Order: sequence, then C-alpha cells, then structure tokens
Amino acid sequence: MTTATPRPGTPGPKPAPPPGRAGVPAGRQNGAPGQRPDVVPGPRSGPEQVTGAQSLVRSLESIGCDTVFGIPGGAILPAYDPLLDSTSVRHVLVRHEQGAGHAATGYAQATGKVGVCMATSGPGATNLITPLADAHMDSVPVVAITGQVARPLIGTDAFQEADITGITMPVTKHNMLVTDAAEIPRAIAEAFHLAATGRPGPVLVDISKDALQARTTFSWPPELKLPGYRPTTRPHGKQIREAARLIAAARKPVLYVGGGVLKAEASAELRELAELTNIPVVTTLMARGAFPDSHPQHVGMPGMHGTVSAVGAMQKSDLLVALGARFDDRVTGQLASFAPDAKIVHADIDPAEISKNRRADVPIVGDCKEILTELIEAVRAERENHVADLSAWWGQLDHWRTTFPLGYDWPDDGSLSPQYVIERIGAIAGPEALYAAGVGQHQMWAAQFVKYENPRTWLNSGGLGTMGYAVPAAMGAKTGAPDKVVWAIDGDGCFQMTNQELATCAIEGIPIKVAVINNGNLGMVRQWQTLFYSERYSNTDLGTHKHRIPDFTLLAEAMGCVGLRAESKDDVDRVIRQAMEINDQPVVIDFTVGADAQVWPMVAAGTGNDEVMAARNIRPLFEGDELSAGVDEVSEVTERALEDGASDD
Amino acid sequence: MTETHTLSVLVEDKPGVLARVSGLFSRRGFNIISLAVGQTETPGISRMTIVVSVEDFPLEQVTKQLNKLINVIKIVELEPTASVQRELLLVKVRADASVRSQVLETVQLFRAKVVDVAPEALTVEATGTMDKLNALLRMLEPYGIREMVQSGMVAVGRGPRSITATSAR
Repeated sequence: MTTATPRPGTPGPKPAPPPGRAGVPAGRQNGAPGQRPDVVPGPRSGPEQVTGAQSLVRSLESIGCDTVFGIPGGAILPAYDPLLDSTSVRHVLVRHEQGAGHAATGYAQATGKVGVCMATSGPGATNLITPLADAHMDSVPVVAITGQVARPLIGTDAFQEADITGITMPVTKHNMLVTDAAEIPRAIAEAFHLAATGRPGPVLVDISKDALQARTTFSWPPELKLPGYRPTTRPHGKQIREAARLIAAARKPVLYVGGGVLKAEASAELRELAELTNIPVVTTLMARGAFPDSHPQHVGMPGMHGTVSAVGAMQKSDLLVALGARFDDRVTGQLASFAPDAKIVHADIDPAEISKNRRADVPIVGDCKEILTELIEAVRAERENHVADLSAWWGQLDHWRTTFPLGYDWPDDGSLSPQYVIERIGAIAGPEALYAAGVGQHQMWAAQFVKYENPRTWLNSGGLGTMGYAVPAAMGAKTGAPDKVVWAIDGDGCFQMTNQELATCAIEGIPIKVAVINNGNLGMVRQWQTLFYSERYSNTDLGTHKHRIPDFTLLAEAMGCVGLRAESKDDVDRVIRQAMEINDQPVVIDFTVGADAQVWPMVAAGTGNDEVMAARNIRPLFEGDELSAGVDEVSEVTERALEDGASDD
Repeated sequence: MTETHTLSVLVEDKPGVLARVSGLFSRRGFNIISLAVGQTETPGISRMTIVVSVEDFPLEQVTKQLNKLINVIKIVELEPTASVQRELLLVKVRADASVRSQVLETVQLFRAKVVDVAPEALTVEATGTMDKLNALLRMLEPYGIREMVQSGMVAVGRGPRSITATSAR
C-alpha cells in the first residue's frame, strides 16, 4: 500500500502498514472471507502487564486492524495515548464522528475488511448512531469503539454520559459495555467476529474510562464466548437440489442478485451459474458491480428507479432466484402485485429474511458463495436430463431493452444535464475506479449511468438512505484502497451535510475526487413535489444556484482542496480530466446542472411494479394503454400510499 | 380470540438481555401478552417464558428475529397440551364479616389460599393457567377487588426431557 504525497506544509500521514501482519496471511486478517468462523485471527502473544488502553490497542493490532477513524475526547482519552505509539494502526482524525462512522463503512465496503471507528462518550457516541444505523441496514461489517464514563459514574447523569449500548441496540448487530479491563481483548475479538461473519453488521464496544486506565494482563488470542451465535453457512443439499429442479423447469427465470453476493465474494460463482443457465441477471442497488454491466445477460437494476427490462423481467418471471437479496419495498413496489406468477427460490445467510416479505417456495440458508458453488453442481446434473429453452423469454427481454433503454433528455433551458455529467465521469474514470454516492437523484443516476464491471466499486447508502454518506465513505474507501481512484458523486444537499471531512482528506493525504451535482435543490424531493404536489416547491430550494451560497469552489479551496467548476457541456470532460490528473490533493467539482432533470424510469411509492413508467406518462408493462396513466392518477395512488405511511424520499 | 403461542427462550444471563428481547418485540410490532424471566439450573443461563400473540406476523418470523439476538441461545415453543403452564395471582378482595365465609368457599373451590387477613379484606394467592385465574377473578369480582397483581406465565414441557440439557453443547 502506498499513501499519497502530503501537501507541502501539512503534516504527513502515518505510513500505512504493510499488508498482512506477521503471522497473518494477507487477505485473511480482519475477518476477511474464507476465515474459519470460530478462530480469532492474529499472532499469539502475551501474557504481559499493560493498561486497559494498551490492551485495547494491542487487541486492534493483533486482529489486523490497520485503520481507525475517530475523534478523541474525555472518556476515550486513555486509549489515544498508546494509539500514538502504534506502528500498525493508523488513526485518521476526522472532523465529526458521523464522518468516522461512514468512513469505516466506506473502508469496509471497498476492502471487505472490518471498518473501525472510535469516539468518546456522550455526544461523540451519539454522533455515531446514523452511520451505525446505515451500516446495519446495508449489512456492513463495522466495529465502533466508544469511551464511557467511569463505572462509578454510570447511571448518575455524569458529564458526557449517554447510554450508548441502550441507544444503539436497535441499530447494531450487537453491542456490549465493558467495565472490566480483563474483558477487553475478548470483547474486541468478539466484536470483529460478529461484525464480519454470518450476516455482517455493525458492533459497538463501549468501554468505561476506568477499565481503560486499570492494570490488566494482555494475551492473544482470547477465547470467544458466543454460545448463542452459530450462523449457518453450508446450505441444505435437499433445498439446493429442489432449486436446481425449479431452475431447469423454468421458462422465464431471473437471477435477482442482492448485496449478499458482494459480501460473500461470490461474483465469479454468480457469473458461472448465469452463463451455465443463460438466465437473465438483475443487480439491485446494493449489488451493482456484482455482475458486469457489459455482460449480455445483465438486464439492469430493478426497483423504483430500475430499468424497464429489469422491472419487467421480475414482474413477468415464473421463477425468481433471489441471492443475498431481501425483497426490499424499493425493489418489490406494492408487495401484493409483485412478480405474481413467480415461484421464489430465496437464498440468504439470514434465515429471518427468508419469507419475511414474500413467501419462499424454496428457502436456502447459507453463505452465497457456498450456495452458488453447490447450485452450479446441482444445475449441471439437472441439465444432463433437460435444458430449458429460454429463447422466447430473451426475445421479450430484448424487446424491452431495445424499446426502453436508459436515457435522458437535455434540459430545455439549455442548462447542463446531470445525467450527462455522471455518464462522463463513469466513462473517463472507468470501471476500475470506486464510486461513492450520497442519496437522492444523483445517487440513482450514478447507479444508472456509471457502468460497473467489478465488485466493491459502487458504495452507497441503500437501506437507510443517508444523505451525506458520499464524502466520508469515499474518504474511508480511499484510505482502504489508496491505489484506486475514488469518486464521490454527491448532491449539493448531501454535500453540505458532511463536507467538513474534506479538511480531513486534505490534511491526512486522502486525495478523493468529489463531483457535486449541483442542481440548487433537494432534487429528489423536488421531483416528488413536481409529480405529486402540484409543483409546489416547499423548502427544496437550497439557494446554491440563486445565491451561490456556499460557493463550492471557494469552499473547496478553504478546505485545502482544488475547486473546479463546470457549467456547460464543453466544460465537463475538461474538468473531469483535470481532476483525474490531480493526485496529491482532494478535488471538488461544482457541476452546475439544471434543476428540472428527473429520474426515470420510476415506480411511484405505493404502486405496483406493473405501473413502472419509462418516462412521465409512459407505462410499458401495460399492454394496450400506452399513455393511459396520467400523472394525476398516479398522484392519487401515491397520496393514498403516503397516507398509509409509505415512506417518501 | 387471537392466536397465542408460548415460547421458552434460553438466554445468556447478561445485562441488557431483557431490554434486547422486549425492544425487539416492540420495534417489530410483535405483541407480548406475558413475559417472565428467571434463572435456570445452569449458571449463567436465564429462561424467559414469552406468551406472544401472532395476529399480523407468522410465529416463524418472531422466532427467527429472536434467534438473531446474540444472547439468545435457544427457543422452544411449548404446546399447551404438552406442557405445564402456570401463572401466579395475588388478589386483595373486599371481605367483611358478612361475606367472608362465601369468599373463603370460593377460594377453596379454586384450591387457592389466603395469605393475609384484615377485618375488611382478604389477600388470596392462586396459581394456575390463565383460564383458571380468570375464572377465579370472575367469582371474586362481585365482592370487590381492591388490588391485584399477576406474574407472567412460566411453563415447562411434560415428560423427562429438558430443553436446557442440550444447550450447553
């Protein structure tokens, strides 16, 4: 690993550690896939007399943690003292704990390893809640370490006291309060184990200040004590054979691929199964990159803003093979009318996801890589007797693909098209780059118009929909993968929530590139106001066009970044290429784009996927009523849905 | 009447485990009718008996979500016909000299017992199934119930087998 050259006059980052610490094979440390589930990684050491704080840092070193994003404060202060001496753990001093949390998530999504963040008690810890909830919804392995007030003060409303284990219970996979220094190594080992195995997720370890200060004995590895935790990774052979039988018999099958395939590092196996069976593949928002966009069997992203071919494929299919996907409402639309004729094979590592929203005909609990490996064998055996003819199905899919490809119109007012900007970033930065997005229109366009070919190249906040995710997540991704080009594709609303981490990037030598798709508005909300609230634009104009407050190029420069701006089509390629050439500083580009561009296709919230609109008023899946559903009609349906409590954006 | 199920849940005896379980029920919209917690014969392991109403969710979803809690070790559903299920009731009933003998007769009919006496009231202790306790209360109600408190249900499977035996693997 290399780090970027620091800017002159700024302190350089601590040199990054070499990959693969002594005794830990590279790629197997830190809960990487393939690790045996019950073995704590790391070299044997100890016992030796240390403080709780030293024990914590030694534990992080031993388990292979190379980066911690955090901010010190009173209760966690003892931990920061030995951290100063660590040669293998780099601490990145962020500007806000939310940035630390999303950075840990971005790091984890880019590398597959556990991302680590650290904060003090009280407000430091509560600032981590949003990124923890975010990582929980998207099943990202993150360990958060927080300081807690000393044990005698717990429960007394002490200064900077917050019951963070109580608060984060619903938004973590697990959490624990450690008040005994002797428990620290095991708590850290358990936290990493829980975060990385089974269905990954965030784990919070809250450590009281007196435990950090106490004398204790450190030795590694500790013994895990998790009698209630036994994730199933090997699928059941009978279910695999049943799935293979359904696959062989299906006439209109679809592989419905979710983020679990990326987490299981199962892209190669997925491709093998797809090519063996010739079944079309859809990749959800969380799975972009799990299957190459350029592959002829890829029919697109399904869901609220998915392609007509992907939405149509699922709606009309007779067999959905869900792999590491969870039938999220943004994919299924109105559940009752979702894929009405499809039998369901549902493969997931979390048994609770199976039949949660849609009843599965064949449930398969296990790790997607193992499931796919066994499924390939079973399908091969089945194909010796019988090979399904999918040519009619492909005829239908190709018809949708050619009739309703993704596209966009240039704005009538002559302003810059946001879709064009994002398309050009994808084309120039290419499929080896990493892309992190915020939440809103720009996120959907980044999912649609950047072409993903590789796993772990698309980072976004899917489940929670966290505005402000992009900049800190890109920072974390670049820290974990310093040799990759990392773009944050952000909106002007999102960017203003977390851009303070640009200062972190500038000082710590983390040269990310940020494209602010600046339409002057909270664009997705404005789109809904256009479609469903009679163009009454309540509180969506941010003034970033009207007043140019803030001026994003000046803001960038104030934070030690290069600030660029593009306002016309001719500027776009030039500034993107200029940004690509700057590798010693973060770059921010203000792409001033039209305010009226909309995300299409769209399935309005609360409506069924049959009502997918390729563009306003065009409903391709309703044969014989091509221009039937006016927006007014959709508006009624949506208002009903909103009254019923369906979420909006 | 809504469908109810009795779940015996073995959990690690750790701080916060009750909050984890009750929080899961409330945030997922599952209805708890009764919940009782106590130690088991195995040190470090507690047992919760949860009576859950499953109107809107299949029981399967409740148990799967419970199983995801790291501190939950094992879940067994106890069928009413294959288990012994008991609740404890303490009820303070108005009973002056004019009706005391009638109240005592009711108490005996239900094989309950009087645990405290005052000139104008009796405190009655009864154990049994929910149905039996409800029947007793219906009988006592006309005299005037001054105060009552009920435990959650506890239950154990019939026969020689133990659900905890295999848990310590």
